[in-house]
Amino acid sequence: MNIHAAPQLTPAETALVNAFGDRLSQLPGDGAVMIKRDNAVEQIKAGLPTKRIEAWHYTDLRRLLTSVPAFDETAKAKALAPVVKGSPVFAVLNGVSSAKTEKVEGVTVERIADKLVDGSLAAALDPRGTDDAVGAMNTAFVADGYFVDIAAGVVLDAPIELQNVQAGGQTHVRLPVRVGDSARAVFVERQTGTGDAFVTSVANVVVGDGAELTWLIVQQQPDTATYLGQFNAWIGKDAKLTVFVMNAGGKLVRQEINVAARGGGSKFTLRGVNLLAGDTHTDVTMVLDHAVPHTSSTEIIRNVVTGKARGVFQGRINVHQYAQKTDAKMACNTLLLSDDGEFSTKPELEIFADDVVCGHGATVTEIDRNHLFYLMARGIDEKTARGLLVKAFVAEVIEEMEDETIVEPLEAILDEWFAEHG
Amino acid sequence: MLEIRNLHAKIASTGTEIIRGLNLTVNNGEVAAIMGPNGSGKSTLSYILAGREDYEVTDGDILYDGESILELDPAERAAKGIFLAFQYPMEIPGVATMEFLKVAMNAQRKARGEDPLSIPDFIRRVKEASAELSMDMAMLKRPLNVGFSGGEKKRAEILQMKLLEPKLCVLDETDSGLDIDALKIVSDGVNALRSPDRSIVVITHYQRLLEHIVPDSVHVLYKGQVIKSGDKGLALELEENGYAGVIGEAA
Repeated sequence: MNIHAAPQLTPAETALVNAFGDRLSQLPGDGAVMIKRDNAVEQIKAGLPTKRIEAWHYTDLRRLLTSVPAFDETAKAKALAPVVKGSPVFAVLNGVSSAKTEKVEGVTVERIADKLVDGSLAAALDPRGTDDAVGAMNTAFVADGYFVDIAAGVVLDAPIELQNVQAGGQTHVRLPVRVGDSARAVFVERQTGTGDAFVTSVANVVVGDGAELTWLIVQQQPDTATYLGQFNAWIGKDAKLTVFVMNAGGKLVRQEINVAARGGGSKFTLRGVNLLAGDTHTDVTMVLDHAVPHTSSTEIIRNVVTGKARGVFQGRINVHQYAQKTDAKMACNTLLLSDDGEFSTKPELEIFADDVVCGHGATVTEIDRNHLFYLMARGIDEKTARGLLVKAFVAEVIEEMEDETIVEPLEAILDEWFAEHG
Repeated sequence: MLEIRNLHAKIASTGTEIIRGLNLTVNNGEVAAIMGPNGSGKSTLSYILAGREDYEVTDGDILYDGESILELDPAERAAKGIFLAFQYPMEIPGVATMEFLKVAMNAQRKARGEDPLSIPDFIRRVKEASAELSMDMAMLKRPLNVGFSGGEKKRAEILQMKLLEPKLCVLDETDSGLDIDALKIVSDGVNALRSPDRSIVVITHYQRLLEHIVPDSVHVLYKGQVIKSGDKGLALELEENGYAGVIGEAA
């Protein structure tokens, strides 16, 4: 453990440590779970990560997390209509899952509170490392969520929406999902709420051999909330995983995406849209491990930065020595619409195999004046023309999803954001 | 309709003067051809008429229906009925062609105080206009001009022109990149728009287009000035003798 003196805790760190003491008696878990919680809180006591920690270089959590609200039992959060019409919704409202959830053929759903009490979740609670602040905070406080298990070969005809709605206070949820071999599913992970909430959420997802999973993260927290999310996936042989992240809110946001391509022939696709406004900070950090031969991945992130917003994309691709014939391409494109906004991109390729195709690119642009002139020359006023072009910049990656039932609601969120911030 | 008086203009970023005392009058219903060698300022003139920011007018004026348009931005000029068919139409990924057409048509209607088109009405108009230009509606489902061939882009420009029903059409080298069949279709499209209260300025390098769109007047542009004007016979003369003779005369 730490032999040096613990640093003086910041107000946020103090609030977290105190909250743990106050909350302990109400946190569900058997002995094994409680030990994991104790270890996790020790990690918090050692101090939240600063910019000196490489994985947090552009998001100095210790400095940026200035306060943490107390747990608020009285807060009222209401379930929302699903992003994709007709989806079954599994909602965590103010940190509490529901006992009465919709039945979906071929799908088993369990409440995380139960899995903490019986200890079956204990093994999955270890943070990913000493710099895994999101995992540590979540493990210390996690109280509920859903485990969704899709049986092998099941093909879902509608997306499943996992909804985490928080009205102020704190919440810490887990949303583990297992997609059986050759199963096909679409999930919408919805992170939203009201007030100055502090939210951590961890989704551990196992994609079975030959399975196909599309996972949409739709984050629309208010600009008073802190949201720290982690999505961890393990992709099996010949399986396909597509993750689409849409950040359209939040005061301090970090979405981590950790993916291990551990089955040959697997394919991972990441598409991200960050719509940044006001005085906010949003970080998308991806770590992708190509662990076996013949896997491929592409990542495209599009950012629109307005106001005094700051954005970060860190994309790290590790190609292990044994992972020959890896094909990986990563791009991060930013449309900077304000002089006060900023976006930092850090692509990292660590390649230990010698027969691979890997590339990355990052661009920062303004609106193309030629395009603007063309639209205006057709009578479209400047504001509308700019709006069309900005929307087009991000709509390109949304339209790539092809499935109209997904594309349309995502474009609706885009329109909603532009109506408010455009 | 259009009166250009002693126009001087330079490239804003470099200060290079391109238009040097240009005078031109185009009457209602007139089809005027502007011809000239490379670098004479033909495309620049079209951009200045449309209001492109990259050029700065330093002297003279452009009157449209008797009013100066120099202070108007491109959208305001378009709403007043000025349309530029681009020599190189822009590809704009992410903007669906149909959506673009709808926004443009309704923006102009709004500027004129008219109600927006209903969706069925809009679709009917687009269908009719694209059929006349032998365009496949499937093309319009693609992003604006993206993946269109040179000829398809030019047709798409004329389609926009038909839908927006401008009063002053400026066609910048609309014939470039077109094969004979496409040239015929595009020309027929333009000719169908000829009317006593619509003027058309055809900018071209070659006489070829003017066999299909027969002009009422022909103007030779050289070093940013109109150095000679005449009727359609002037275009034939240029075709036979090249620009050298006319330039020599003017010098």
